[in-house]
Amino acid sequence: MSNKKVLYDSSRCKGCHYCFYYCPKNAISKSGHTNESGYETIVINDDECIACGICYTMCPDYALTVIRDKN
Amino acid sequence: MNLKAPEFMMNGKTSFCPGCGHGIIGRTLFENAVEMGYEEKLITVVDVACCSLFMYSTDCDFVGAAHGRVLPTAIGVKRSRKDNLVVAYHGDGAAYSIGMAHTMWSAIRNENITVIVVNNQVFGMTGGQMAPTTLNGQKTTSTPLGRDINLSGSPFDVTKVLKSFDIAYLARGSVDSPAEISKTKKYIANGIKNQMEGKGFSLIEVLSPCPTNWNVTPLDAIKHMNETVKNVFALGEFIKDGVVL
Repeated sequence: MSNKKVLYDSSRCKGCHYCFYYCPKNAISKSGHTNESGYETIVINDDECIACGICYTMCPDYALTVIRDKN
Repeated sequence: MNLKAPEFMMNGKTSFCPGCGHGIIGRTLFENAVEMGYEEKLITVVDVACCSLFMYSTDCDFVGAAHGRVLPTAIGVKRSRKDNLVVAYHGDGAAYSIGMAHTMWSAIRNENITVIVVNNQVFGMTGGQMAPTTLNGQKTTSTPLGRDINLSGSPFDVTKVLKSFDIAYLARGSVDSPAEISKTKKYIANGIKNQMEGKGFSLIEVLSPCPTNWNVTPLDAIKHMNETVKNVFALGEFIKDGVVL
C-alpha cells in the first residue's frame, strides 16, 4: 500500500502555488521543474504532511487528492 | 473519506487562468450539490463570460446565457422545471452592469432561485475593463490612470442595496483563504437549501482573485484581497430566512 497522503496530478497544475503558500506544515515546495503546459510544479513531502486538506481546498484546478481512507 | 473533486468535474482540464477563483467557487457549488443529493437535479445557468468555461470541463447540465442575461434565463428554467435545482452563476460585470435590471427585478419579485455572483472587480473575459465593483484608484484597461469615483461613482456594494429588499438570503464570501472557502461553501449550501424549500431569492457574492487582469501573480492577488479588497467589501451573512442580520 502506498504511504502517499496526497496524490498530485501535475498535468492539471497551473503553478499558482496557493497550496505551497497555505500549507501549515511547509510540506509543499516548488519543484523548479515545469509540466507540459509550462507551469512550475510542486513537490509534496509525505513525512511532513498531515493530510489536513488545505491544499485540496485552495487548489483551483483539482490537481490534488487527499487520501484519508487507506482502504 | 478522501478529499477529491466530484468525478464529473474531472472530465477535462479547467480552462481558467492560473490562480483564478472560479475553479474554487465552482467546486464548492458542485460539492454542495453532491453532498446534498441534488447532483442529478442541478442545472447551472452560466454567463457567456469566464464562468462559461466550466461547460468544457464539467459533465453536468448547463445552460449558456447571453452576457448579463443569466437571471432571466435561469428564472425561465426554474419556472418550467420547479423540481430542479437551478443555480444562476455569473460575474460582477454581468450581474451589476449589463444585468443590473435583472438582478434588481429578480430580487424585487423574490424569485425562488439561487444566485452566485463572482466579484473579481473587473470584466475578466473581455480583457479587464472597469466593472461596477472596481475599487477606487484601481487600474484597469478602461481606467489606465485608476478609477476616479468623481467620474464613475463608487464601487457597487450589492449588500447595501439588497438589504432593503424582501429576499430570503444574502451573503458574501471569499476564496482568499481555506477558512473563507469553508464559509463560502456553507453560504452556497444555505442558498441551495432555500431554493429547494421554496423560500425565495438567495444571492451569494464571492470575492475572487483575477491575477491575469490585476497584472499580478496569483499569490500577490491573494495578498491584495486580504489587504485591500476585504476592507471595501464586508464578508458574512446579511439576510437569513428573510430577516436582516
